[in-house]
Formats: sequence, structure tokens, C-alpha cells
Amino acid sequence: MEIPYTVTTRRDTGLNNGKIGIWLFLASEVMLFGALFASYILIRTGAQTWPRGDTVLNVPLATVNTIVLISSSVTMVMAWASLMRHRFETFRIYMGITILCGLAFLVIKFFEYSHHFEEGLYPRSDNFHAIYFTLTGLHGLHVIFGMAVNAWLWGPGSKLWKTNPVWFTNRVENSGLFWHFVDLVWIFLFPTLYLL
Amino acid sequence: MTSDHAVEAVADHHAADIDRHVRIYITVFVALMVLTIVTVAVSRFHLPVPIAVSVALLVAIIKGSLVACYFMHLISEKRLIYAVLTLTVIFFAVLLALPVLSYHDGFWMR
Repeated sequence: MEIPYTVTTRRDTGLNNGKIGIWLFLASEVMLFGALFASYILIRTGAQTWPRGDTVLNVPLATVNTIVLISSSVTMVMAWASLMRHRFETFRIYMGITILCGLAFLVIKFFEYSHHFEEGLYPRSDNFHAIYFTLTGLHGLHVIFGMAVNAWLWGPGSKLWKTNPVWFTNRVENSGLFWHFVDLVWIFLFPTLYLL
Repeated sequence: MTSDHAVEAVADHHAADIDRHVRIYITVFVALMVLTIVTVAVSRFHLPVPIAVSVALLVAIIKGSLVACYFMHLISEKRLIYAVLTLTVIFFAVLLALPVLSYHDGFWMR
């Protein structure tokens, strides 16, 4: 049975089902990260002492990661815009850069984590590192998931462009919404953990 | 105007619209980069915690709004999405308010 309203929009909402689905999912994601931010506030306000992020974390590396992730958001939206202009090859270039930026983000995060582990700092070490590893770890998993979806759309999933370009463009837009959300979470994580 | 010409005219209009969007994306990208530098620069001043938190959150909210409005196209979205997000924002605010209330010692014991 064919999935309804993947290309056409529903008359009652003016949206296709994929877009409603991804926004409902993102709403649940807001609550997931919201719960962790609330935990962070609770733990920090209740602690007698709390280290400033820039005294224990690597701010230059995190700044580079912020720039990398923001750049990937731009290339993601440019990939979608390329499909809207029916330029498939340009789409693949932008989507490829987006995936590489995601990879660069993870490599930098790997170096950061390695440095902490070398210093004997783990989630169990103290409250700061517990919340730091939990928030950045969950965010990192989202980056991996987003990269996997984007890689599928860049590779095997792109066959759909030949048979149903509108559906494929909608899929890229929805994947982009998730990717921008991942960027948005980092925009708040960066100052909260590293700079305050 | 023949139907072929009409289709081409619509396609040209559509292309011009996307070009306009692309220019906005690049402008937003530059703004996000500048704001990232501002965030890091302000943190170097070692301001008192309440002011530092306020400034950092204000800049983060501006950056987040730019991403949501322009990259996620929320500036021109359908009502159903706004309704879903309004509910989300309300619940999110309640979620963040809970630990803030607990900051006042014994609030939940009353």
C-alpha cells in the first residue's frame, strides 16, 4: 500500500505527512534535551562549587566545532536549494560537504574526549563531567544519526530523484530540519558548557 | 502566451525566488559566524556570572532564532507547525522553570 501524502499536501493542514512527522519528532527532541538542560541547571545551582567551562574544557577546539557545524547547516540548506533548482550534481556536492563537516565535528570531539580520558576524567569523575559527557555524548549520537541519513540520501537513496524528484526533495528537506536542529542544540550547548 | 512560455515564466519566477533564498542563507551564515565570535569574545571579559549567563543566552537565542527562522523556514511555515511548536515551547518553559523554582530552598516542601 502506498504511503499517502508524501508528495501532495493534505487539504486540511497544507503540509505533507513527512513534514508533520519530522516536526512532531523534533518537538519530542526539544523535550529530551530540555530535560537534560533542566538537570544541568538543577545540579549546577545546587553545587557548592562549579568550574568555569573554559578552565577545564578546550574552548578553541569547541569554537572550531561550532564554526564547522554552522557551516554544515548552510551547506545542507544549499543542498535542498540545489534540488529546488533541479541541479542534482550541485546537490551532491553540498550534501557531500555537509557529511564531511559532520565527520570533522566528530573527529574534533574524539580528540577532546581522548584528552579527557588521558587525564583520567570520566562521567563518574564529578558532576561537571557527568553532565558534560551526557549532553555532548547524546548530541554526538544525533550527529552520527544525521550523517547516516544524509549519507543514504547522498548515495543509494538518491535514486529516487530519477523517479520522483519532489518526494526526494521533501526527504532532503526533512533530513535538513533534523540537521539544523542538531546545530541549534549545539548553539546552546557551546556557551552553556564551555564558556560559563 | 503559449503554455510552454507560461511554464518557462513560472520556472524563471521560481528560480528567482530560490536565488533570493540563497542570498538570505549566506547573510544568515555570516551573521552566525559574527555572533559566534561575539560569544567567545564576551566570555574573555570574565563578567559576573549573572551578566555572563544573560549575555551568552541572549546571543544563543538570537543565533538559534536565525537558524530556526531561515534554515528551518519557520518564518513562512503553516499554522499546524506553529501550533505544535507553541505547545512545545510552553512545556519546555515549564521544564526549565522546575529547577529554577527549586533554587528557592524548600519550595516543594510548602
